[in-house]
Amino acid sequence: MGGNQPWVRWEWIADNRGQIWDQTVEHLQLTLIAVGIGFVLALGLSLLGIRFRRLYPAITSVAGILYTIPSLALFAFFVPITGLSKTTAEIGLVSYTLLILIRNITAGLDAVPPSVREAARGLGYRQPRLFWEVELPLAVPSIIAGLRIATVTVIGLVTVTSIISLGGLGLFILDGLRRDFLTPLVVGTVLTIALAATLDAALLVAERRLAPSNRTARASR
Amino acid sequence: MIDFLGDVLAWLTDPANWEGERGIGNRLVEHVLISVETVAIAAAIALPAGIAIGHSHRWPGLTTGVVNIARAIPSFAVVALALPFAIRLGLGIGYWPTFLALVLLALPPIFTNAVTAIRVVEPRVVEAARGLGMRERELLWQVEIPLAVPLILAGVRVAAVQVVATATLGALVGWGGLGRFIVDGFAVQDNVRVFGGALLVALLAVLTELGFAALSRWRSPRGVAQTAVAR
Repeated sequence: MGGNQPWVRWEWIADNRGQIWDQTVEHLQLTLIAVGIGFVLALGLSLLGIRFRRLYPAITSVAGILYTIPSLALFAFFVPITGLSKTTAEIGLVSYTLLILIRNITAGLDAVPPSVREAARGLGYRQPRLFWEVELPLAVPSIIAGLRIATVTVIGLVTVTSIISLGGLGLFILDGLRRDFLTPLVVGTVLTIALAATLDAALLVAERRLAPSNRTARASR
Repeated sequence: MIDFLGDVLAWLTDPANWEGERGIGNRLVEHVLISVETVAIAAAIALPAGIAIGHSHRWPGLTTGVVNIARAIPSFAVVALALPFAIRLGLGIGYWPTFLALVLLALPPIFTNAVTAIRVVEPRVVEAARGLGMRERELLWQVEIPLAVPLILAGVRVAAVQVVATATLGALVGWGGLGRFIVDGFAVQDNVRVFGGALLVALLAVLTELGFAALSRWRSPRGVAQTAVAR
């Protein structure tokens, strides 16, 4: 970082367009896989916690400990077992989504008014239809709020996976540090933030489309 | 696997590994010291600012904005970008870029939780205090701040855990701390050192969390929420 090198050398970006695109896609993939698996696990654990209330504190405590462990340490734990592989990265990344998602899914499902459940039962809804068609849709705003936090968090953490020799935009940050070259460092940072902002906005749009209140509002127009 | 864990245990308990500048003992002290220093400095900046803004009840959207922006910026990028800044400021590599990055990362959670902590003090309680003839300063120190303590502490806890975690990355900008074992272990493919270092960092982070949880239970007025509003 010595000398007066500029923050960005545009020629470098032009020369490495292909590589930049590839790593952005890689970053996105690592993120989506982690949030996807995390969501399925969190949904299952939330349902378990709702069905058996006594388990809920235990579930959130374990998820809380996972959330507290520094990301580099969590990745490092699995290197001896799963090697320098995507699995290692995903185990760590999924672990971070759990606490956020479980809290939001549970809060969302808990907030479904008992009167609504009663009414649905009166209309002949039984489980699992009651869950899929009434409870889950009503919990959508809270669930998506959790997904937004989890997604943005994971996008930041994926940069750390470059330290265990995996791809993603963190590679540019690490490369910049190692070669004493600012441009890749800046490119990696800016694209990571841009990716986070884009996915966050996409989820916000998804919420507006999925939330039942908006659907009825549109239908009544 | 059992053999491997045995090796890790042997590495952790070998007195030779604890001694000297590069030993576990010194790395642990470095890690704890930089964490305490940076959280203290961040608190000294963010607490007065957060409490003042919370008390004024101005800028209602500010905390959400700060939280969102802070979450989108990867801590690895903050550490990495602190390096060129530190060099341009003539502070060199290693300690100062790490220090700078950690202070920056600790500011948002302390600030946003302090703002919210004061803001969510029950308006009726504030009314009652004013009705009793309390001046603004008394109101702040005798009513608002004591009631806000749990949330303020929660913000400091989130910052401290994040700082302990991110200090690990200081090894990438030439600093020491416990991250050295992970980063150097990777470089020479010494999985025992990587795992041992990770174990130490993880323990330190969990202990930080538990320590603050205990502090919060001890210092909180009864019946006041202790959970952080913003991670």
